[in-house]
Amino acid sequence: METFLGMDAVLLARIQFAFTVAFHFIFPAFSIGLASYLAVLNGLWLWTKDEVYLRLFRFWVKIFAISFAMGVVSGIVMSYQFGTNWSVFSDRTGPVLGPLMAYEVLTAFFLEAGFLGIMLFGRSRVGPGLHMFATAMVAVGTAISATWILSVNSWMHTPQGYSINDVGQFVPEDWWAIVFNPSFPYRLAHTLTAAYLTTAFIVGGVGAWHLLRGRSRNPAVRTMVSMALWMIAVTAPLQIVLGHEHGLNTYEYQPTKVLAMEGHFESHEDGIPLILFGIPDQEAGVMRYEVSIPRIGGPILEKGWDAQMDGLDTVPDELEPPVGIVFFAFRIMVGIGFLMLGLGLWGLWARWRGHLYEARWLHRAQVLMAPSGLVAVIAGWITTEVGRQPYVVYGEMLTAEAASPLGAQAVAASLVAFVVIYFLVFGAGVLYILKLMSHEPKPDEKGESAEPGPIRTAGTTPAQQTRKVQGA
Amino acid sequence: MTDLTMIWALILAFAVFVYVVLDGFDLGIGILYPFFPEKKDRDIMMNSVAPVWDGNETWLVLGGGGLFAAFPLAYSIILPALYPPIIAMLLALIFRGVAFEFRWRAETAIGRKAWDGAFIAGSVVAAFAQGIALGALLQGIEVEGRAYAGGWWDWLTPFTVLSGVAVVAGYGFLGACWLNLKLEGEVQAHVRRRARAFGIATVAGIVAVSLATPFLEPVYFSRWFGWPEILWVSPVPVAVALLTLGLGWSLVTDGRDWLPFVLALALFGLCFVGLGVSMWPYVIPPSVTLAEAAAPESSQMFMLVGAAVLIPIILAYTAYAYWVFRGKMDPEEGYH
Repeated sequence: METFLGMDAVLLARIQFAFTVAFHFIFPAFSIGLASYLAVLNGLWLWTKDEVYLRLFRFWVKIFAISFAMGVVSGIVMSYQFGTNWSVFSDRTGPVLGPLMAYEVLTAFFLEAGFLGIMLFGRSRVGPGLHMFATAMVAVGTAISATWILSVNSWMHTPQGYSINDVGQFVPEDWWAIVFNPSFPYRLAHTLTAAYLTTAFIVGGVGAWHLLRGRSRNPAVRTMVSMALWMIAVTAPLQIVLGHEHGLNTYEYQPTKVLAMEGHFESHEDGIPLILFGIPDQEAGVMRYEVSIPRIGGPILEKGWDAQMDGLDTVPDELEPPVGIVFFAFRIMVGIGFLMLGLGLWGLWARWRGHLYEARWLHRAQVLMAPSGLVAVIAGWITTEVGRQPYVVYGEMLTAEAASPLGAQAVAASLVAFVVIYFLVFGAGVLYILKLMSHEPKPDEKGESAEPGPIRTAGTTPAQQTRKVQGA
Repeated sequence: MTDLTMIWALILAFAVFVYVVLDGFDLGIGILYPFFPEKKDRDIMMNSVAPVWDGNETWLVLGGGGLFAAFPLAYSIILPALYPPIIAMLLALIFRGVAFEFRWRAETAIGRKAWDGAFIAGSVVAAFAQGIALGALLQGIEVEGRAYAGGWWDWLTPFTVLSGVAVVAGYGFLGACWLNLKLEGEVQAHVRRRARAFGIATVAGIVAVSLATPFLEPVYFSRWFGWPEILWVSPVPVAVALLTLGLGWSLVTDGRDWLPFVLALALFGLCFVGLGVSMWPYVIPPSVTLAEAAAPESSQMFMLVGAAVLIPIILAYTAYAYWVFRGKMDPEEGYH
């Protein structure tokens, strides 16, 4: 078989998918939450007429525009990659998954794209009411988009509602069962909450950084820190509950994945331990340097203290996922989840003591944890996607039989191009975002159509510019 | 062929056509950038499409996603067959899409020029790759069983290079007609000169591709030159000729700034009809028909319910978004 650096075409295609989807998801993970935050800020501005909210809206909307653009262009890649690299998968699952994705385009992408222009440029043209509507539609669109694509993803984990025809295609029989497949509600709730948490940590981290740097009395900075900490205090504990429920659902439908997440190579006859840490040795089928607490694994999986459990030793080797990756990715996600809970409680404590804006160690922790949501989200996706291997459609279709009939050279060449260009382009985008974040939201914050591109950089400031800095 | 398959073929053809004309004119802005080195001209050109380009590009996602959903077999054969041009198009669209934002964020002249370059290269490469894809589809794709059976350079022939160049010229022309509609004064006069040049190149491209196409496959030849088919299809080239005259006239006389754009859309529409005449009833000529590639009826029906309701709504709010940003560009107004 043709290979590239010892990798065959399927492995290269898997690396390419993992790379492009992980890179892509960073942007929606941030912009789903940010779109809602912007809608809330704009609503508060219209309601209270407190200028601070408009200032914050204008500060964040520029960052949103960049993040959203990167999400769009990296997302188009995803919509074609099913065909370019996974053509057998596309042929076989197209009848089931294609319509769901078509609905995503029709109900979400057009909505977001259609109203984004008005949200970014149209405030003075359509008036505050319609502008608010457009802003809300963009936020709703991001959530609808997540709903469809998570239904697609969940169906691949917990497929149902189909038959298989004589050419091997999955043929839809019951659309309700397909859309609302068993893991979908859990995955949707867990992912959306993750997006809101991710955004809250970034927003709060940016605010905390300005507080630390300038001991800022800027009311906009204080407002964003306060709003973010409220959001974290509510969603961090909620996310742990949702994650736990999602895990129980996974244990019911994809027990092998949970065995890998928890590192249970061996079956347990009397009580399931909770393995806190260890180094998985999949070859030997043992956990090295294991640190575990006896028996409490049972109640966590809603079983008894002396429950019995079949371990990975009962699963044929070729149907085991790569345990090490799943085990560690899961620990990273859960670890961050509990740190987030801790930060949420710390914020509540500082607020109760009345020194929310002076608690420098809290602010340092916020800055440190600003990107933690993104890390947790990627770790979570690695857990679930690697954990369902070797299947692409769980129990029905192997990843190895899903790929396009392409040579390793072709896939390797495109992989290299994607890696180079993604780091270059999205690296630049992230730098621009960081640059925008590094300026405090000023009272005369330029926002959407208030800042004429040609004039600002030409170095002249005609009278019109002041006139054009409109209120609403 | 069932009615549902027919309806889905028409819906997808519509989506691809809307994509071609809408993203065509905004890709055209990038294609025209090299002829407008002044920063203030480039600013206003980009601003003329900034509020709508994202929506325009969404039709490409609908085209791809719709093909996956309604004709999964075609999707899974065409994309591996066109692997290099498709990947090139996706990467080019990345450069071009981010340039809309990054161009304003660059703080040095060099940085801005670099993103101008990304915008130009991204637009040209995306247009060229789409033209290559069109040509490669027309010249035929080798299929065995349910999979692509050719090599990864099969798409590259003189014919596909010709169709690639023709699409670049065509998008540049659409872009120039759009700018003629949106700009005024000296820059508009410059745009009109460019529109004439790109218009001539576009018509030359259409003629060349149209003349070459019937000789690619016997079925195309009999479709265009067979008897009595020639009676039904001859109005297409005649209409192209008439439109060309109309376009030429509208670009040399003043006033009616909307007319060249509308006529250019009609010209693209006719090309599209001509393409349909050649390809029918295949989705991948000459091996896979629409009927063979169609998704099962349960998939088609489920989607049709949504599409019937949603596509009119999408068209309505898209039209509204265009209406909001109608009229000549105010050089003072912008973004960022």
